[in-house]
Amino acid sequence: MLDILNPENLMFMLKGAGFSLLLAFGAILFGCVIGVIMAAGKMSRSRLLNALASAYVEIFRGTPMLLQVLFFYLGVPVIYQRITGVRMNANPYIVGLLALSFNSGAYQTELIRSGINGVDRGQWEACETLGIGYATMMKEIILPQAFKNIIPPLVSEFIMLIKDSSLISSIGALELLYAAQVLGKKYYDYLDPLIIAAIIYLTLTLITSWVARRVERRLSVSD
Amino acid sequence: MIKVEHLDKTFGSLKALHDINLQVNQGDIISLIGPSGSGKSTLLRCIHGLEKADSGNIYLNGELMNPADKAKYAELRKKMGFVFQHFNLFNNKTVLENCMLAQITVAGKSPQDAEATAMDYLEKVGLSDKRDAYPSKLSGGQKQRVAIARALCMHPELMLFDEPTSALDPEMIKEVLEVMKELGRHGMTMIVVTHEMGFARKVGNRVVFLENGRIIEENTSEEFFTNPQSDRAKDFLSKVFYD
Repeated sequence: MLDILNPENLMFMLKGAGFSLLLAFGAILFGCVIGVIMAAGKMSRSRLLNALASAYVEIFRGTPMLLQVLFFYLGVPVIYQRITGVRMNANPYIVGLLALSFNSGAYQTELIRSGINGVDRGQWEACETLGIGYATMMKEIILPQAFKNIIPPLVSEFIMLIKDSSLISSIGALELLYAAQVLGKKYYDYLDPLIIAAIIYLTLTLITSWVARRVERRLSVSD
Repeated sequence: MIKVEHLDKTFGSLKALHDINLQVNQGDIISLIGPSGSGKSTLLRCIHGLEKADSGNIYLNGELMNPADKAKYAELRKKMGFVFQHFNLFNNKTVLENCMLAQITVAGKSPQDAEATAMDYLEKVGLSDKRDAYPSKLSGGQKQRVAIARALCMHPELMLFDEPTSALDPEMIKEVLEVMKELGRHGMTMIVVTHEMGFARKVGNRVVFLENGRIIEENTSEEFFTNPQSDRAKDFLSKVFYD
């Protein structure tokens, strides 16, 4: 244990944790953009948009995330090569971010949709009677209230992403779990790195919950 | 100012409005009264376009309100202000922001102009000191007065009120009715769905009595309350007034 716990190795793992956090952060943001678009698709009157958005949600929620990560890393380059004839070297970090974002986007679609439906109809009607257009209404009135309603499940989603980012280790992205495995190999000791990794994951998720509770309290001034 | 012709509206199998004809003149204060489920609110919502009528025409200043002609329809609707039973203030905006949003995004005013107009109307409803409060911190009566100010900021020619005092505690009804009375004194044309018979009688000049989606009686306020023509109106009034 003491051998492994030197500053150099600790920095190595913390750097991995930084990547995990960055991936989770990027995925929650991109997933949110995807979620808003897909929620709009699901709620639109167009049958085509409806079907596309539903198919997206069902596919990404209904297949294993590890499969999605591998598909983006190993499958998509093959498709690319068949179409263009050029080989593509996938960057594991970018691929990982994409896979996490699309997966999270599917869950966030449903969250955002329920959040929007949870906003009182009167808010929509007030906009209508004042002549406020759809885009302004969504941006200024409906989405801010919808997001406020779904902060708790969004925080759970972020915590899930911090943990699920470990799946990216399978394609060689040097995040926290992969860092732990590298040290394990080096020292022929997997126990200590895994325990350290677990402590770091736990610290990250507990801090997230704590920050979220504070933010929620701050936002409740208008309640 | 407003003319409603042969308006019909059904919800599923329920006939909510049946061949409604109504003429509203400039400066009129019309009270729509009747038992619950009589179609008063539906009529008001159809006039504004919150509900789409099945058939019939509505004219505003002689111009047909036609949803198919989107630009024209939107222009006409802007001439009407609407006040809801449950206020529907924007929960995530302060009182001042509630009054400014449409002025800036719809009327295209500068934030300075919008704020000046908003403060002007908030002053008129007696709530300029609440400018930075969120709706959740206001009483029902205060919320409704802000809602009225918010609608007035868009300079409507006609105000529609959908049971503006029905969701209020009794001691707050008067402050809202006072604001409405003041509006009427300044010549605002108003259509008010209400259960406040005192208001209908003293402030309103005409009463339209509905039941089961039909206009049963249309009369001056004075006549309606002292000498109702229809048996249904007599029956209704005898039940409303407790003595």
